Amino acid sequence: MNVAIHTATGKYNWTASIGKMTALALLLLIVFLMDVAFGSVSIPLRNVLDIMLSGKAENPAWLYIIKEIRIPKAITAVIAGCALPVSGLQMQTLFRNPLASPSILGISAGAGLGVALVMLSAGSVTTIYAISELGISGTWLLLLAGSLGAAAIMLLILGISVRIRDNVIMLVVGVMIGNITLSIISIWQYFSSPEQVKDYLIWTFGSLGGVTGSQLYLLATVVAVGLLIAFASSKVLDTLLLGEQYARSMGLTINNARLLIIGSTSLLAGSVTAFCGPISFIGIAVPHLARSLFNTSDHRVLTPACCLMGTSLMLICDIASQLPGSNSVLPINVITSLIGSPIVIWIIMSRNNLKNSFR
Amino acid sequence: MNSTAPLLKASRLHIGYNKGKKEEKVLAGPLELAIHAGQLICLLGPNGAGKSTLIRTLAGLQPAISGTVETGGKNINRLHPKERAKRLSMVLTGRVEAGNLNAYSVIALGRFPYTNWLGAMQPDDLKIVQWAMQTTDTTSYADRKMIELSDGESQKVMLARALVQDTPVIILDEPTAHLDLPNRISLMRLLHQLAKATGKGILLSTHDLDLALQSADEVWLQRNDGQFTIGAPEDIVLNGTFEAAFHKEGFAFDKNSGTFIIHNNVGKPIRLEGEGAAFFWTKRALLREGFAVTDEAAAGIQIIESGNTLQWKYNNETHNTIAALLAQLRTHYGIH
Repeated sequence: MNVAIHTATGKYNWTASIGKMTALALLLLIVFLMDVAFGSVSIPLRNVLDIMLSGKAENPAWLYIIKEIRIPKAITAVIAGCALPVSGLQMQTLFRNPLASPSILGISAGAGLGVALVMLSAGSVTTIYAISELGISGTWLLLLAGSLGAAAIMLLILGISVRIRDNVIMLVVGVMIGNITLSIISIWQYFSSPEQVKDYLIWTFGSLGGVTGSQLYLLATVVAVGLLIAFASSKVLDTLLLGEQYARSMGLTINNARLLIIGSTSLLAGSVTAFCGPISFIGIAVPHLARSLFNTSDHRVLTPACCLMGTSLMLICDIASQLPGSNSVLPINVITSLIGSPIVIWIIMSRNNLKNSFR
Repeated sequence: MNSTAPLLKASRLHIGYNKGKKEEKVLAGPLELAIHAGQLICLLGPNGAGKSTLIRTLAGLQPAISGTVETGGKNINRLHPKERAKRLSMVLTGRVEAGNLNAYSVIALGRFPYTNWLGAMQPDDLKIVQWAMQTTDTTSYADRKMIELSDGESQKVMLARALVQDTPVIILDEPTAHLDLPNRISLMRLLHQLAKATGKGILLSTHDLDLALQSADEVWLQRNDGQFTIGAPEDIVLNGTFEAAFHKEGFAFDKNSGTFIIHNNVGKPIRLEGEGAAFFWTKRALLREGFAVTDEAAAGIQIIESGNTLQWKYNNETHNTIAALLAQLRTHYGIH
């Protein structure tokens, strides 16, 4: 009956969405558990559950592994899995470009530049180990630099996108700006010591394992703020879907809206990139998956949907990166690219997907 | 009707744009314009005359070179965007590129200036959405995606969205540009009825001159040379300003029929006897063939109307269709 009423008025069918959201939340719970349970040290599932629920274990080494390594890593995956897709979603709407995302338009590279600036000028090295050795003030600085770097590139891209309306050209420009940013970092690396170069390379592979303790709280807080701003701009983003002219005629102050969206995107993509390295393809792929699953462009639905789907995907990537059954761990960026690239190819191949969202 | 204060008023308005740093390009002015309640105004003019600039200036989306645009006694450029959006809504030319939104969502977005930060719809909001969908006849495709709608349907959805915005003034920039003829007619009729039924003031720019002349209460005629004429459509046609604004080599405006004529009445003279629709259409066919219809010509065609059947007689030959008549004329005059 509900469906019949929905089709008669065209109103969004919230009941079906809530059902899908619940299913996704369940999936998230399962993969979170799996992510904590699997690792190079095999711990029986019963003990894993014991540790997670009661915080106690017979084996202190297991307790340490679960509490100090695996849970923080899984939580970092959740944070990155919320932040990157939501920033991708906002960018796709703002640029009206289905291929926009932090990694593709060079926003991650901008964050990387910010990070390199802090780390290298401090005489320190750009690694996850170095990050965990930074004090709380250093962490703030890193977050700020990452977000500012992201925002700077974002503003630059936005400035260009006003002149260039063509999605594909815009994409190429974004990739080029990303390349320029990366070359600046490379030049910097060239004059740095071999250790630093190696450490930088490790950073670019991406890692979820470097964020622990108070840094995790800080990252979580910053991302939470970014997500709140993103959710609060749902109405603004929906209106922007009709194009700038219509949005203005309906009473939207475009510049304020842009600043809000750029601010939130930069916080989300910048902070996660600063801590976890440039994790690619999650930001572009998940919004499209969310759009097709929920069959809507309503950002009040898409933002939570991106969070739920993004976290699950991120956790699955993390599980896959541990090569179940072996002791080696692949860099997370390798896995996200492996899973994300086919999705991006699918987006480009199915022209409907490109067309439907922004045309 | 015009005794009340206008819904939108422009005084000493110069429109144009900035050409480089200090140079200004003035397209027209000084203009004294007013949109009154219940009026449907058509802004006509050739391409490049600055119709879009005028529309954008009146809507407060572009600054005027000088002069003021007022709505409700306040300068439109000093209004908060949300307040402006409660006074004036817009429909633009072309399709909106938001294919994944369904028609209902697009229409509901019109409540933007009224809803809270999350865009939650209150019962009153829902009521006006229902009303707008009924008025524009869009209810049946409310749950279809914008990409699935035809151009005409899509434009009606955008109009419904403007109605939902609940503004005294609606401005439309070439809303009929991409529509086929039946959709153009139905949109113009809808706008005319809306103006009368709701007392809204509606301004639209269009290139559909004969539709505009039929439905507009007032015509604003903007010319390439900056001249601007305001008047009832009939006055503007009769005093020749309409013809002058669109004058170009090779075609002319016929005041008698209210249409543009591709074929000038020059060529081989021929006489035509008959009346009514048969006369009109036969004359059209002859003009196309390069004849000039005149009473002074020696050779003549006679239209014989008996009951429901029509026949054309020329040179003692009788034809049942215009095509057959034209075939005879072609052989007679050696036209190929």
